[in-house]
Amino acid sequence: MKYDVVIIGGGPAGLAAAVSARDNGVESILILERDKELGGILNQCIHNGFGLHTFKEELTGPEYAARYITEVQNRNIEYKLHTMVIEINKDKVITAMNQEEGLFQIEAKAIILAMGCRERSRGALNIPGYRPAGIFSAGTAQRLVNMEGYLPGREVVILGSGDIGLIMARRMTFEGAKVKVVAELMPYSGGLKRNIVQCLDDFGIPLKLSHTVVNIKGKERLESITLAQVDENLKPIPGTEEEYTCDTLLLSVGLIPENELSENMGIEISRVTSGPIVNESLETNIEGVFACGNVLHVHDLVDFVSGEAATAGKNAAMYVQGKHIDKSENTISLQGENGVRYTVPVNIDPKRMEDSQIIRFRVGQVYTDSFLSVYFDDERISNKKKRVMAPGEMEEVVITKAQLMDRPNLKRITIKIEEA
Amino acid sequence: MVDVIIIGAGVSGSACARELSRYNVNVCVLEKGEDVCYATSKANSGIAHAGYDAKVGSLMAKLNVEGNKMMPELSKELDIPFIQNGSFVVCNNQEDLDTLKTLYDKGVANGVDVEIITDRNRIVEMEPNIADNVVAVLYAPATGVVCPFTLNIAMAENAAMNGVDFKFNTEVVGFEKTDNGWKVLTNNGEFETKYIVNAAGVYADVLHNMVSENKIHITARRGDYCLLDKGTGKHVNRTIFALPSKFGKGILVTPTAHGNLLLGPTAVDIEDKEATATTSEGLNELIAKAGLNVKDIPLRKVITSFAGLRAHEDNHEFIIKEVEDAKGFIDCAGIESPGLTSSPAIGKMVAGILKEKLGLEPNPNFNGKREGIIASNELDFNSRQELIKNKPAYGNIVCRCEMISEGEILDAIHRPLGAKSLDGVKRRTRAGMGRCQSGFCSPRTIDLINKECKIAMDEITKSGGKSQIIVGTNKDSL
Amino acid sequence: MVELICINCPIGCNLTVEVEGEVIGAVTGNTCKRGEKYAHKELTNPTRIVTSTVKVENGNAPVVSVKTKNDIPKGKIFECIEALKNVVVKAPVNIGDVIVSNVASTGVDIVATTNVI
Repeated sequence: MKYDVVIIGGGPAGLAAAVSARDNGVESILILERDKELGGILNQCIHNGFGLHTFKEELTGPEYAARYITEVQNRNIEYKLHTMVIEINKDKVITAMNQEEGLFQIEAKAIILAMGCRERSRGALNIPGYRPAGIFSAGTAQRLVNMEGYLPGREVVILGSGDIGLIMARRMTFEGAKVKVVAELMPYSGGLKRNIVQCLDDFGIPLKLSHTVVNIKGKERLESITLAQVDENLKPIPGTEEEYTCDTLLLSVGLIPENELSENMGIEISRVTSGPIVNESLETNIEGVFACGNVLHVHDLVDFVSGEAATAGKNAAMYVQGKHIDKSENTISLQGENGVRYTVPVNIDPKRMEDSQIIRFRVGQVYTDSFLSVYFDDERISNKKKRVMAPGEMEEVVITKAQLMDRPNLKRITIKIEEA
Repeated sequence: MVDVIIIGAGVSGSACARELSRYNVNVCVLEKGEDVCYATSKANSGIAHAGYDAKVGSLMAKLNVEGNKMMPELSKELDIPFIQNGSFVVCNNQEDLDTLKTLYDKGVANGVDVEIITDRNRIVEMEPNIADNVVAVLYAPATGVVCPFTLNIAMAENAAMNGVDFKFNTEVVGFEKTDNGWKVLTNNGEFETKYIVNAAGVYADVLHNMVSENKIHITARRGDYCLLDKGTGKHVNRTIFALPSKFGKGILVTPTAHGNLLLGPTAVDIEDKEATATTSEGLNELIAKAGLNVKDIPLRKVITSFAGLRAHEDNHEFIIKEVEDAKGFIDCAGIESPGLTSSPAIGKMVAGILKEKLGLEPNPNFNGKREGIIASNELDFNSRQELIKNKPAYGNIVCRCEMISEGEILDAIHRPLGAKSLDGVKRRTRAGMGRCQSGFCSPRTIDLINKECKIAMDEITKSGGKSQIIVGTNKDSL
Repeated sequence: MVELICINCPIGCNLTVEVEGEVIGAVTGNTCKRGEKYAHKELTNPTRIVTSTVKVENGNAPVVSVKTKNDIPKGKIFECIEALKNVVVKAPVNIGDVIVSNVASTGVDIVATTNVI
């Protein structure tokens, strides 16, 4: 099998990338999706709040996915469901399998990585205690409740205030469970503020910041958990323990880009984002291999995933059509400093870039009334006051081609936070 | 009335069952858990110890060395993962060289191939990530790593194939002496037998003390472990032990038979024989101590932590013999490390005792070969393609982290002593044992258990008892 | 003065609203017009979109996800959920199909948000 562009993953990133690649002139496109349907994790996100940027209306996850699935189907873009990619090699040969075709290989001219992310598990946190039934990642519970109609528990404690945790607090409440408390290790929430209002405050569910689970009881099914307050080093403070009886603990403690396939094919991975290191074209260190969506860096908003994926799709199209301008000798490297944890992309080729380039990043803590500054080498070219910046919300700055063309010797762009 | 009742389907009980099934004898195994490999046998280091550590002249030393020697052949016969990767015991300073030498002498006395290496260059060449201050190591090439679950499960399965009856969820509560043997009282009825094998792990003392005036005492010694993601096993080539202390072999760093890296165990004596909860002190100690002997352990790849219990008998010796004041009651007690290694030899010894007493004849139909569950992700391209063609279920991946297919899970459910719970599937196939810790595959696995075992969704458990995963349906309490 | 967080979009603006008795005055802190509108509504008649599931028979999924087509009064949320408890629909179900009309007498319909075939 041979295709021009093969997209690994049929979630929001893969769908938008496929649509964009087709609209930029690629005929031969294949999407490989491991699940039974396109749409990815959106299918289990049945709450509303998707699509305000893209469609100017508020949709649920499955509705947002359906819009893109329709776009894919209208363009007769090929896809394979129930298909697991097990290996990709440096020469862009993909080994995949499904029940009907068995094991097979596909040669691709360009590959777009759009595998998404997975949830951090209890094990990664080393929470002490027993290991009974009743401990779920928030996403697993979301799937059980929203797609299968099964209730994983009746008395719930949630650890972690990521968006899925907050959303699940409301969902479990709606389906008849009692959510007793949401505990967050950090002194700030990891989720969007609107979700704290409409998922916790609306139902009187307390959010305990700077708290974590220090013990888990129950040898068969979960019986109780103990919360304790943590100090500034995130260590539990003795004497602050409080026991909550519950049959369920949901964990919403972070998402990790799923890059096992990428790593095995030799793609360089950022230690900060756990996603591939990419340039302005969202191209990885392997030519013709692009990345977008949550496999690149974890997003808060699917609208931004779709936008990013469209960029990847367009660049993949240009690559297979030979329209990509040769790489310049001098690329400009981007870096985050002073609270800016990372940037996507990591470098920009000024010749190849579009007229404007979005640079996305996250900050390491909550900043209020601080300045977000952009430096070209040592020259500060912008300094914008931000009321609030928080780790739970992705930030962006935009650089224009014109700015860079004026500075042919520019080596480095630095984004940093400066106090008022 | 059966000839032999074995209490406990852990690794010792299952080894005894398999060895006995070589003879024409009626054997029944009573297990209080819902599955084999339910307690101590499921949470340990998975090491086939070479045998240099056990007390010279002890039964423990004898069975350890025997068991270690049996492992390569047995692992082939039972089709289970076993890698003879060798081990280092490390010495971090000159003062401890004497202790290392003592260990070497013990090894020689126990008949184990051991060598002290003091050439730092050679040590580093063999183990590039060894700690910088390591001055000498005791090298034992016979040490290996084995999958503790499948060793136990395979021996039980093979015993079942050869006619041994297993009863689960059956907890022994008492004994009555009868004219020609024993009546075993359980929560699941009474069983009459000529002989009893007490392989009850941390509870072996409780059972022993029900029938004998010569009391024994077993302490549950808890050990916390951390398991790192697949691939990290390459961080060390061999099993790296600390110098032994009075609490046993100390913290080890080892590749597992499946390429994970395992750190552990700590050692804390506890009274509660069910207390398998990890503690933050234990996990912190573990991480600190593991780093003393191996550097740059990729701790960000930790995927889970767990605690296991060792059945520590006061004299730190295996007790394998007929109880003097309770004829027909054979102890298989105090089986702590190197119990897993010794288990095949323990089985042989117990079967030997019973052969003598019951005058057993060989079972002409005995077949010691067991075919394991196919690890489809480890097959070459053509074999895997062929497999999926014949059995399409192998083309449907259920566990993404460990790449376990529906075919493997169906096999685990339908083979003898098949899995009935999420953990049962996990221990047989590794589905759910990977980096996402079953977040993704558990809903799909319970779906398969529901369909294949005809168990209602809200009755499916993580590991039997009251460990149900789903409690109801949406809005059922409104 | 009342402090609110606007829930219209992910920015989540911190709104400050001047309130004197029954009278709602100036709203500050909003980035767009919807913030002002939200503040007024939240203080007079707060509303929410409700999303949940109902059972499906003979479909390729056991449940179908649903939502209130428009926002409903906050106080009606649980009445709305309870009204869905015993609802069973037959496949096929398409996005936008009305599952329950005028749920909990709000004048708002419950519609499907997934296709079930």
